[in-house]
Amino acid sequence: MSNENVVIKTPLLSVRNMDVTFGKGKNAFKAVNDVSFDVYRGETFGLVGESGSGKTTIGRAIIRINKLSAGEVIYDGKRISGQIDHETDREVIKNIQLIFQDPMASLNERAKVDYIVSEGLTNIRHDLSHEEIEERVAKALLDVGLLPEFASRFPHEFSGGQRQRIGIARCLVMDPEFIIADEPISALDVSIRAQVLNLMSMLQQERGLTYLFIAHDLSVMRFICNRIAVIHKGVIVELAETEELFKHPLHPYTRVLLSAVPVPNPHVEQKKKVLVYDPSCHNYSANERPIWTEIAPGHFVRGSERELTAYREKLEKR
Amino acid sequence: MENYLQNKEVILSVKDLSVRFSLRGKSLHAIRGVSLDVYKGESLAIVGESGSGKSVLTKNFIGLLDKNGTIDKGEILFEGMDLAKFKTEREWAKIRGKKIAMVMQDPMTSLNPLKTIGWQISEALILNRGMNHAQAKAETLNILKDVGISEPERRYKQYPHEFSGGMRQRVVIAIAVACSPEILICDEPTTALDVTIQAQILSLIKDLCRKYGMTTIYITHDLGVVANVADRIAVMYAGDIVEVGTSEEVFFDPKHPYTWALMSSLPQLGEKGHELYSIKGTPPKLFGVIRGDAFAPRNPQALKIDYMVRPPYFEISPTHKARTWLLDPRAPKIDPPECLKRLKELENIESGDMDE
Repeated sequence: MSNENVVIKTPLLSVRNMDVTFGKGKNAFKAVNDVSFDVYRGETFGLVGESGSGKTTIGRAIIRINKLSAGEVIYDGKRISGQIDHETDREVIKNIQLIFQDPMASLNERAKVDYIVSEGLTNIRHDLSHEEIEERVAKALLDVGLLPEFASRFPHEFSGGQRQRIGIARCLVMDPEFIIADEPISALDVSIRAQVLNLMSMLQQERGLTYLFIAHDLSVMRFICNRIAVIHKGVIVELAETEELFKHPLHPYTRVLLSAVPVPNPHVEQKKKVLVYDPSCHNYSANERPIWTEIAPGHFVRGSERELTAYREKLEKR
Repeated sequence: MENYLQNKEVILSVKDLSVRFSLRGKSLHAIRGVSLDVYKGESLAIVGESGSGKSVLTKNFIGLLDKNGTIDKGEILFEGMDLAKFKTEREWAKIRGKKIAMVMQDPMTSLNPLKTIGWQISEALILNRGMNHAQAKAETLNILKDVGISEPERRYKQYPHEFSGGMRQRVVIAIAVACSPEILICDEPTTALDVTIQAQILSLIKDLCRKYGMTTIYITHDLGVVANVADRIAVMYAGDIVEVGTSEEVFFDPKHPYTWALMSSLPQLGEKGHELYSIKGTPPKLFGVIRGDAFAPRNPQALKIDYMVRPPYFEISPTHKARTWLLDPRAPKIDPPECLKRLKELENIESGDMDE
């Protein structure tokens, strides 16, 4: 597929200066701090970071499970954060869907598959008749490689991979444009992972879906994402096209994260030196402030003037 | 690697072990005749999907098999004793913790939330090494330092909830190595942890093993972790070891179709825009009898005989053997998938750019 050259660069989703704060007063904890990025139509945008870095919170804030304390989210030219009218609200629910991490925990144990998959439709699409909904559920199940007769079964009758497919079917039935996949494969077995990844990229090609892919596993990211943003403690430290990021990581945290990814080759892996990120390595003086800059076309990094000069030199040397 | 076996003595030997579970009136054959030798001082990794029986196998070594499980036949020889014959807790108390210890997967659940870290580590010392409280405390502080916990004096009095995930796993490791066991079993020691922490914990375990001269058995499904830690690899599928060899042999010259499939589905070997290789179907149900090669139904290139007769082990080298009919001289020649060649070329992601 020559899909990669055809991607037209129009932002489908823009996150502008997003802040998310939990708690109040002196207990306040800023989980997401001044995060901005664009996701272009038809691409897979990766968000990578350690646990507690706020990557899931960003995903949840986009679909308004968590409230923004500052900033805004713009979807297809319309603001979808904060107070929005009923009509936009429905649009958002229909167009943006979420795939959860753990298929064991995210499906209602007491509901049958047809209820789980159709719930979104029954809530939003009042114009559809009972038969039409049933038809769509059957189609969604077929699309993810399950049989329509599975609709009358309970989630516990399925294996992990099949459950994750049900989770994906639940998204697809709404016919969304944008899917936020929050660690969709980290709870799955190695052999099942490949099946789910293939399914996701097949659906993307067929329907022109846009993904926001949240994960901590960089080796999977490299395979599936067009662009990757690295997030540390609620702040995006680097954003670049996938290969650019892997070949020329600039920010010390990105390099640490990349060095920690295990390589399935004993020769390389046993010689590897593991780096540790120490925030004091930036050594910022009192009047220095890290700023978010586009250092090369499409390659953004956060650093102070002094660091940026060093980064630029490094990029020139390559 | 030919002389891998030189000067190596067998520390633990599993012979034709078979384990069954009774589940709702049905019998599940979880381990189907496994034989395995573990050599002193080595680090062995057992790789397989969930449900392949890798945890069940090692739980037999420390007598932690679930109540509904029984060993039908086979033996586990360790220091002249047959662990498979052990019945009472009294017998196990001599082995568990003292000679063979285990690090569990999830550090969140394997510590007691109501007791301090210090208490939990010194408990092991008092019970197993007969120390008094003062000695145990001194030793605990030493061990805490060994596993890389700073300010052990302050940490000694803290509770598990005051520790982060990585730190908790360090504490669990501290408890496991407290009695300097001969064998340390690590059951998915890093699955619940972040990648950066994972790398630190793995190097900690490696350092401790070198220091105390322990033999380690890793259980994992992450081939990247395996590449990092293992001297030898055993690949398990449906309650059986289908291939075993040195790390070099299994990674660069795998013989069993399941090993091929497992490696080919690594995203590192995939090419962007192309479909990733995936194993079709799901692992077999272990209720009832499995005929022939358990992997045959998922193997598109399975031979006729794979469905009928269970393959024996074929030896490729003294250290490398695999259970597949493909190694029989009469079998047609089937080459491993092309993409496996790329494993050798995989480089450290950072390597090109590391100048500092």
